[in-house]
Amino acid sequence: MTTTTSAVEAVWRIESGRLVAALTRITGDFAAAEDLAQDALERALRQWPSDGVPEHPASWLMATAKHLAVDAYRRRLTLDRKLAELVQETSHEQEGDPMSDVDEQLDTVVPDDLLRLVFLTCHPALTAESQVALTLRTVGGLTTREIARAFLVPEPTVGQRISRAKRTLAERQVRFELPPPAELRARLGAVLAVVYLIFNEGYAATGGDDWTRPVLCHDALRLGRLLTRLQPDEPEVHGLLALMELQASRIPARTGPAGEAVLLADQDRRRWDLLLVRRGLAALETAEDLGGGPYTLQAAIAACHARATSVATTDWRRVAALYTLLLHLTPSPVVALNRAVAVGMAQGPDRGLALANKLTDTPALAGHPELAAVRATFLQQLGRLDEARAQFLLAAERTPNASQRRLYLRQADAVL
Amino acid sequence: MPSDAPDIPDTPDDISTPEEIPVRYLVLLKAVTTPEGPPPPELMEAIMTLGEDARDAGVLLDTQGLQPSATGARLSLLGGTLGTADGPFTESKELISYALYDVRSREEALEWTSRFLRAHRDRWPGWEGEADVLKVFGPEDFPPPAPA
Repeated sequence: MTTTTSAVEAVWRIESGRLVAALTRITGDFAAAEDLAQDALERALRQWPSDGVPEHPASWLMATAKHLAVDAYRRRLTLDRKLAELVQETSHEQEGDPMSDVDEQLDTVVPDDLLRLVFLTCHPALTAESQVALTLRTVGGLTTREIARAFLVPEPTVGQRISRAKRTLAERQVRFELPPPAELRARLGAVLAVVYLIFNEGYAATGGDDWTRPVLCHDALRLGRLLTRLQPDEPEVHGLLALMELQASRIPARTGPAGEAVLLADQDRRRWDLLLVRRGLAALETAEDLGGGPYTLQAAIAACHARATSVATTDWRRVAALYTLLLHLTPSPVVALNRAVAVGMAQGPDRGLALANKLTDTPALAGHPELAAVRATFLQQLGRLDEARAQFLLAAERTPNASQRRLYLRQADAVL
Repeated sequence: MPSDAPDIPDTPDDISTPEEIPVRYLVLLKAVTTPEGPPPPELMEAIMTLGEDARDAGVLLDTQGLQPSATGARLSLLGGTLGTADGPFTESKELISYALYDVRSREEALEWTSRFLRAHRDRWPGWEGEADVLKVFGPEDFPPPAPA
């Protein structure tokens, strides 16, 4: 990649969201706006390498998209006029230059534009993978190539997800507007879910060889930080950001020298990113002050780890209590499993194992590698080594992630 | 310890290009020539707006202005001797602010920084300065030792 291409992409990352949002507002058509923005980007990628990066790259992109919009508008207007003339021969309504309107609208900054855009790209009518692709591309300003690389899928696949998403939004006639107050919380929940999905794919890569893909965590963090600016009064927006900052603070310690996974208990906590810890704790405080919620609770759990200097000094009773609360708020087998771990750490491996054993009949956890790994750990602590080894091997068999598989095999070997 | 692992739709496929890594850049702004008088309010306004934009974009982790070195001090270790000297320091360039960016590419850090310098050019005639854009070490900069 040439430096100029990187420079174009850098400007794009900064401007994409605002550009698409403004264009959607004036055209009233998200799909058309997205096309216009992409056309402007393509033009930049073509022209800047030869002409040089313009003095004001952002304005250049806006002006180019504007021209393209006006061209399209003019073509449509001409077409409309011809149609009108055909239908009824009298049409004298000429209200000055229609283009000056377009200009004015593009130059007006509407604070909620970006928020409307986020609600649109995370619309519940879209599949999760389309929401992710569309949000990263328009709000996050990533290219299709970058999204494809981050998710380990071929570029055309991402392209298809995006065009399918645009088609769905058009078919459903989804409007560029804020959800009505009664739906706002639920719709915001959908937005947060998309951001956390992106984060998690980076944090605990489900496929491929890498244990983490930090670049996805970074993109999710950026979106999360943006959301706290757009919706500063919503507790869970801060809760999710706190959770992500705190989890991301451990990334430097989560991978060993050979790229292998390092679990929380074995991490060199001196390698945790103190700046992210501090940001996470601050966001958590804001979230709790505003009333909290499930993300805030998870962040509070992450904060217990962030504040502890070792596994031994972690306040596991508090962690267990927080998981109990979380389980009431959002019952889920994975939360129940995490609670089993915390209870085991607080009250002893037999208590933890008993709770984990109860979960073996849960369909959602039946093939779950983590359940086997948790049982293995408690069995090992209880001295039931043959069973522990068998459970580690089972966990290795079940995980789709190569790095995690090597970890479980290492643990199995270490038992006997 | 398990971490919550959500269901992710994608299956792994071809991947050949090296991964991009998020990076931090520390930008140190130095003044070379400063016109008489305080900075114009329009400049301060533009700087605030720019900072707001960068925070909105989720890339600005921290930024602050720095007081003249007259209020600071310099500690040194020279020839085995620790020394302390009160400011001002004698260099012609005064450090006037720092910013810490969390970005995906070097170009992105350069873009934000040029916006900052352009704001000075357009709103404070005669001001001259320079910004050092320094990459902060990340985990990726410590290559794993060769496997035994």
